[in-house]
Amino acid sequence: MNDEPLLIAEGLTKYYGRRLGCRDASLELYEGEVMAVVGESGSGKTTLLQMLSTQIEPSAGRVLLYRMRDGSVQDLWTMSEPARRFLLRTDWGYVHQDPQLGLRMGVSAGGNVGERLMAVGQRHYGDIRATAADWLSRVEIPRSRIDNTPRTYSGGMRQRLQIARNLVTAPRLIFMDEPTGGLDVSVQARLLDLLRRIVAEMRIAAIIVTHDLAVARLLSNRIMVMKDGQVIEAGLTDQVLDDPHQPYTQLLVSSILPA
Amino acid sequence: MTALTLSDVTKTFTMHLQGGLRLPVLRNVSFAAAPGECVVLTGPSGAGKSSILKLIYGNYRCDSGHILVSAGGSPVDIALAEPREILALRQRALGYVTQFLRAVPRVSALDIVAEPLILKGTPREDATARAAMMLRRFNVPERLWSLPPATFSGGEQQRINLARGLLPEHPILLLDEPTASLDANNRAVVVDIIRERKAQSAAIIAIVHDESVRDEIADVGVDVTYFATAA
Repeated sequence: MNDEPLLIAEGLTKYYGRRLGCRDASLELYEGEVMAVVGESGSGKTTLLQMLSTQIEPSAGRVLLYRMRDGSVQDLWTMSEPARRFLLRTDWGYVHQDPQLGLRMGVSAGGNVGERLMAVGQRHYGDIRATAADWLSRVEIPRSRIDNTPRTYSGGMRQRLQIARNLVTAPRLIFMDEPTGGLDVSVQARLLDLLRRIVAEMRIAAIIVTHDLAVARLLSNRIMVMKDGQVIEAGLTDQVLDDPHQPYTQLLVSSILPA
Repeated sequence: MTALTLSDVTKTFTMHLQGGLRLPVLRNVSFAAAPGECVVLTGPSGAGKSSILKLIYGNYRCDSGHILVSAGGSPVDIALAEPREILALRQRALGYVTQFLRAVPRVSALDIVAEPLILKGTPREDATARAAMMLRRFNVPERLWSLPPATFSGGEQQRINLARGLLPEHPILLLDEPTASLDANNRAVVVDIIRERKAQSAAIIAIVHDESVRDEIADVGVDVTYFATAA
């Protein structure tokens, strides 16, 4: 076990004009840990995720440290823009709820996956295509569909393709915003199983925003509960869900319909 | 030398949805288990036996007191430990078997049983081979191994769960009714495995209602009513 956190954030705060998006959120994430951020819509989950992944700048709380592959710790806000972009394309992944935001819809599935490989310097067409094909089969997309664009794919397939595109560079940290939102229950189950297995096998750290406590329980080791822009309870996932202390968390947990 | 020591552990639930009703469950729980020893918790249902196991596993947070686990490396106090320390401890040293299998959709019985070993670092093939041996030992028919257990009978699911929980040979084992709804043959398998683990110096905390099983495995009995609050 590596004793240095992979990502450290302190006091992240975001106001949209005068409206609070997220206040004073802090976390430390270690290698291989999966953190779920739960709460109802408008609670600030996505704002937090976007600040952590440097997609939006916080209004206050600019501590965001990341331990690079070479072991050095970098402040993500003082890093140059190209260096940060490179990090996002290689060492990180970002899975959007809407796969259209994370995919190039006019490019073939193989091209979508291969593009990230080219970002890390691979140039050999045959190798790129072989790796892309391998990843398509890992996310259970038939090889025969490699030359089709995602426009011809179903919602579940698009989401799996987005995951393949993100994981092909073997990132160490992946952000996911409601990765199973908008999918049918059976399609969700397949995607969850896939995510669970791949994240465990590759020992990827992940931060997953979801409003679904069952998804949080299945995928995460740790959990943060957000309400009105603030983190109100955090800890081990099973501990927080089995022994919730805050009134709002108790309400969330007691609102789940038994299957 | 003890593997597990609880001292003055107290647990109260506060139910905010019931107007802040406070439900005291346990008070001043203190006992210890040595390596190779099986402590059986006794007392009527509702006395807090399962709550004690959940406190040790870190599923419940204790209000006060200490839960000291020594299993190689420096001792960890579950009452104060960071989430990742608890996760690491569970992976490496702490096993917890309940009556119920929390089945993951689409994952086969064999993979469910092998998973804790793989997480512990055992190569997949080796882990799968040992998982198969365990399933055979629990008389789970081979035709079921590749299926997800969601549709299995209660007894079959429990055997999958036992196989999964007992396979990793953790130095500390928490067993919540491991023999409920098992037939005599499979009960005997559980008793045999518990004896093997004791011989390997595992410390075991168990809740067992079946008296014959209890007599076969228990070294020490701890009456939980002694710690139960007058609820």
